[in-house]
This record gives sequence, structure tokens and C-alpha cells, in this order.
Amino acid sequence: MTARKRGAAIDIKGATKRYGNFTALDDVSLHIEPGEFMTLLGPSGSGKTTTLNVVAGFTDLTSGDLAVGGKSIVALPAHKRNIGVVFQHYALFPHMTVGKNVAYPLTLRGMDKQARDRLVVRALDMVKMSDFAHRYPSELSGGQQQRVALARAIVFDPPLLLMDEPLGALDKKLREWLQLEIKRIHRELGTTFVYVTHDQEEALVLSDRIAVFNQGRIEQVGTGRQLYDEPTTLFVAKFIGESTSLRGTALTSGNETSLTIAGQKIVANGKLASGSKPVVLLRPEKLLLAGTNTPPAAGQNSLTGQVSEAIYLGSGSKYQVTLRDGSVAIVRSSLEATPFSIGDTVDLRWSVVDAKLLADDDRADMTMT
Amino acid sequence: MSQTSHTPTAGGDHPRPPGAVRAPQRRLRLAAYPSLLAMPALALLIAAMGYPLLTVTLRSFSDPSWGLQNYVWFFSTPVNVTVLWRTFSIAAWVTIVCVIAAYPYAYLMTAVGPRLRLVLILCVLVPFWVSGVVRTLAWVILLQDSGIINSVIRLLGFDGVKLIRTQTGVVIGMAQVLLPFMILPLYSVMRGIDLRLVQAARSLGARPARAFLQIYLPLSLPGVFAGAIIVFILSLGFYITPALLGGPRSTMLSTLVQSQVLSLLNWGRGGAMGVVLLVATFVLLALAAPLMRQRHKQASRS
Repeated sequence: MTARKRGAAIDIKGATKRYGNFTALDDVSLHIEPGEFMTLLGPSGSGKTTTLNVVAGFTDLTSGDLAVGGKSIVALPAHKRNIGVVFQHYALFPHMTVGKNVAYPLTLRGMDKQARDRLVVRALDMVKMSDFAHRYPSELSGGQQQRVALARAIVFDPPLLLMDEPLGALDKKLREWLQLEIKRIHRELGTTFVYVTHDQEEALVLSDRIAVFNQGRIEQVGTGRQLYDEPTTLFVAKFIGESTSLRGTALTSGNETSLTIAGQKIVANGKLASGSKPVVLLRPEKLLLAGTNTPPAAGQNSLTGQVSEAIYLGSGSKYQVTLRDGSVAIVRSSLEATPFSIGDTVDLRWSVVDAKLLADDDRADMTMT
Repeated sequence: MSQTSHTPTAGGDHPRPPGAVRAPQRRLRLAAYPSLLAMPALALLIAAMGYPLLTVTLRSFSDPSWGLQNYVWFFSTPVNVTVLWRTFSIAAWVTIVCVIAAYPYAYLMTAVGPRLRLVLILCVLVPFWVSGVVRTLAWVILLQDSGIINSVIRLLGFDGVKLIRTQTGVVIGMAQVLLPFMILPLYSVMRGIDLRLVQAARSLGARPARAFLQIYLPLSLPGVFAGAIIVFILSLGFYITPALLGGPRSTMLSTLVQSQVLSLLNWGRGGAMGVVLLVATFVLLALAAPLMRQRHKQASRS
């Protein structure tokens, strides 16, 4: 076994793809480190799959550049790019056995039978499918087929592996197990992985970094933690994890900005122009419920509302609190917190520093999954 | 014969007046004997095919007296053997021409949008609605020595080509008539081929031509075989087209059968010719069968 080269770096610069009047990709730039696990996350039609197809060479760019390992590959046809691709629907060749399928890229590269067999066995071992080499794809389950497809995509040792919603057609249990398998294989190979999904949980499980796509653009790139804790757009905030977004009107005097939400005043975490209408973003675990008779602690904001839903989850409780203007907040509280029931009037409280102020954005609303 | 024939859904499913109490009982009986559904078609086949075939076979051994004399005559007359061989060779050529013409056409049908696809399907089907005699006469006009094809060839400064009353003319005419029988089964198989497989092959390093030859072509072969068998067998029995477009050197077996039976009233010899053609066809199909057997199950498409 030869020493494995590390994965290749990828640079996408100003990638734009237009179909007539429709812009599928709008000036997308993204740098991916060698060996990184990068997930392209977004709703359908957001441009993530187009990006993958552009890198694979199935789709030509209208403008922009694409480099793998520092060399531009825009002009290279798909078959000269040496990039592994795993498709959502496996795309195994039905007229070839599992072994022949996995050997196919090696046959194309003119490798002799002995070396070929050795690599096929190793790739099938890696995905734990070596006992199935003589079966035809139609004799395998979906999960098995996808593992074979993965073996076929890595057997020729590409510096970059692209995966297009590979687990999309599988049931939840299998999906969760294969996610861990993919993570393990990524660690063992050191290849750069680019993974497309619309499932934010899957993205969080797998990725070193996530690029969130929306309407042909990248909204934000970062680790899962960065996207969750420090979203820069309302779209990202809503797409990753649960959140409450409250719309308010800003009033600034001196160094302090206050916001009016549902007729009540709170302190803003930052300075805004008077009259601007930001969104206050709050994660469910940062919110607390308290009885209206207890005063808020120092540095806490408080809004009064009514419990409209209370769900016991075992590890804690989940509440929906409806404010006077009709907006709804989601609160996750621990077992130790005082329980409330539907109809109770409560105070919704949070530390001023735990709120994120974001610009309002219509596009964020139509994209909930 | 046609690929688009419908399975008869005899009995059972007619809308019944609300008062029909006995209906469930009748349906029960049909459910118990599903083979009854095949009865109308079977009756027709037995009456229109089985009985005459049996008679013809019997008479080939019994007319004018019991024995093998008709077969001895067939194989000892050189012209018969020549014509038999020619019949198979013309059928083979027609099949080859059909495959070559139909394959790209059927592929195009899978690649274009629904509206253009409809136009392409109509182009295949419209000639079906025109009588075979009319179509063959059209070919006479096109192919004859002073016809359009030859006029164009001469206009371009070449010598005229003899097309009418030649084997080439017969093959051209028959291929045109039989083309839909090749295109439709091919299209139905190609429509089921997942084009992402070709994309996958490209990503694994296959040049477009190689991806086609190693992935698409093998997957489309069942359609080629299905169409080829239909075209080949129909070609063997062709009568009108070779009679009108062909000359004495392109006579096919059906013409000989016709002259034996209708002109010479020799049912025994005509029958023997028919039986020889039938048996030869079966032998050929039996030889080709292992080639066509699918070595894989169709991939499950989710």
C-alpha cells in the first residue's frame, strides 16, 4: 500500500451559473481546506447540488473559476477530473457485479488484474461489503448499494470525494449508522469530502465546516457551532436548529438602544439606528420562563406572554409562549425549572448578551424544512 | 404482433346497475379461474392459426400421397434452397438496417422534451395508418430508374443506380415498413435506463464514447434484441413488398409458396415450404436465445 496523499484543497471563485433567466448559482466563492469535510447545506433549489455538479464536471459554469489542488479544472471534462462522486440513487451499474462495479474505475485506468483485485478488496473491506463482491446490485438493500457506491468512488484514491445526498433515500436508523461510517471513512482516508444535504442535523453530525446555501448564494460558512451561535443572517439562524425570532423597533438614545417588541421595551445587545426594525434571535435553551411576580435579574430582558403549549420531553420541557402581538417563542427548560401549564401568564426572560440582532429578511421565511 | 396490443379485460369489470345481485357471484367464478381471461384470444389463435397450421403441416406430408416427397423435392431443387437462403439473408439485412436507423432515433426520443417526443412518436406511427401496399407503391415511385432518388443521383453527376427489382430495393422498402417494430421496443427499454449511470461512469474516468459502449449500450441491448426478433420474423414472411419492389433475383420464400399454392394448386409443396421456413426460424431463435438471455436483473429504480 502506497502512502496516502492528503486530500486536495478546493477553490471556487465567483462561480455563476445561469439557465436562461434563472440564476442557479450567483457569484459563489468557497475555499475548502485539504482533507476537510465540507457540507453544502440548503433547501432544494438553493444551488448546493449545482455547485456539486459544477465541481464534478457535469455542469459548466457561466462564469467563474474552479481549482482543485491549486490547478484550475474548469476546462477539464468530467472523466479527466479524477474526482469520486456518490449519487443519491447509488447509480451502480446493474449489469455488473459489485466487484466489477468497484473495479470499473481501475479498469478504465488500465490497471492490471492483480493490483485491481487488491484495491477492490481493500475498498470493499473499508465499507464492510467484501462478502458481496459476486452479487448484483439488484440483490442488495439500499444501504448496501450505497456502501458499494462509496467503495467504487474511493477505490481509485481520488483527492476529492463528492456526495450528493447519499443517505436521502434511506430510513432514519440506517442513515444515522451510515453517517458514522462516512465519518470513519473520512478520517481513515484523509480525502477532502464535499457533502450535499438539506438535513441540518446530518450536516452538524458530519461536517468540519458547513456552507449554508440559499437562492444560489452562500449565506454563511462556518463550523456547526459558529452557525448556531453566531449566525450572520436570519436565514442561517432559522435553518440551523430551533429558534425564536421576535421583530422589534429600535430606539437609540446615547449609547444604548432599546427595542419595542409587542408593546414592551427591552434592552438591545448592540447599537442600532433609531427606527430600524431588527429581528431578535433567541435559541430555545437561552430562554427562561418565570412567574410575573418575580423581578428579572440584572442584565436580563423580560417579555410577558401566555403559555400556549407545554410538552414534557423526559429530559426537560418544551413550551410555546405567545406574546401580545401574536409572535411565538419556543422555550426549552430543564427538569429543575418551575413547571407551567397552558394558559399561564409568564415572563419570557433571557440575558441581554444571549440575543442575536439580525436584519429582517423575507427570504428566511419560505425555507423552513 | 404489435407491441402496443392490449390485454383484454374480459368480463367482470363492467359497471353494473345497482340491483344486480348476482354480479358478485360471477366475479368470484372469474377470480377462481383467471385463465378464463385468455379464452377469447386463445380461441382466435386456435381457429386462425392452429388449425390452418396443422392442416398445412399435415398436407405437406400427405399431399398427393403420404411420405416425405415434398421435402425431398424442396431440398433437391436448387432454386428453393437459394430462395430460402435469400429469405434469411434479406431478413438479416432488414434487421441490421432497422437497428442502425432505429437506435439513434429511439435514443433521441428519450432525450427530447415531451412535445418533441410526441412529434417523433407520431412520425413513427403515422406510416402505420397507411396501407402497406400504398407505402410500397410509394417506394416504387421513389426507387424506379427514372424516380426521384435516381434523378438526384444523376443531377449530382453520378451514374444512376439500379434500385427497383433488386435486393437493395427490397431491403430499403421492408426496413421502412418494419422500422416502427424496432423503434418502439427500443424506446421502451431506453426510457428505463437511468442516465445518471452514464454520469457515474464519466465521474469514474470513462470517456463519453466508453461510457456509452460499456454502460448505456449493454443496458439497451434487451430492446435491440426484442426489436430485432420482431423485425426478423416479420421479414421472413413478407410478401407484398418483395413482390412489388423485387425482381426475379430477389424473390422471397413467401412468393414461392404463393405460386405453389395459388397458381399450381400444389398444397403439399407449398405446405412443405412453409414448414421448412417455420422450423428454420425456430432453430435460429433457439441458437440466438442464450445470447439474449439477460445476465442480470433489471436494476431496481427507486
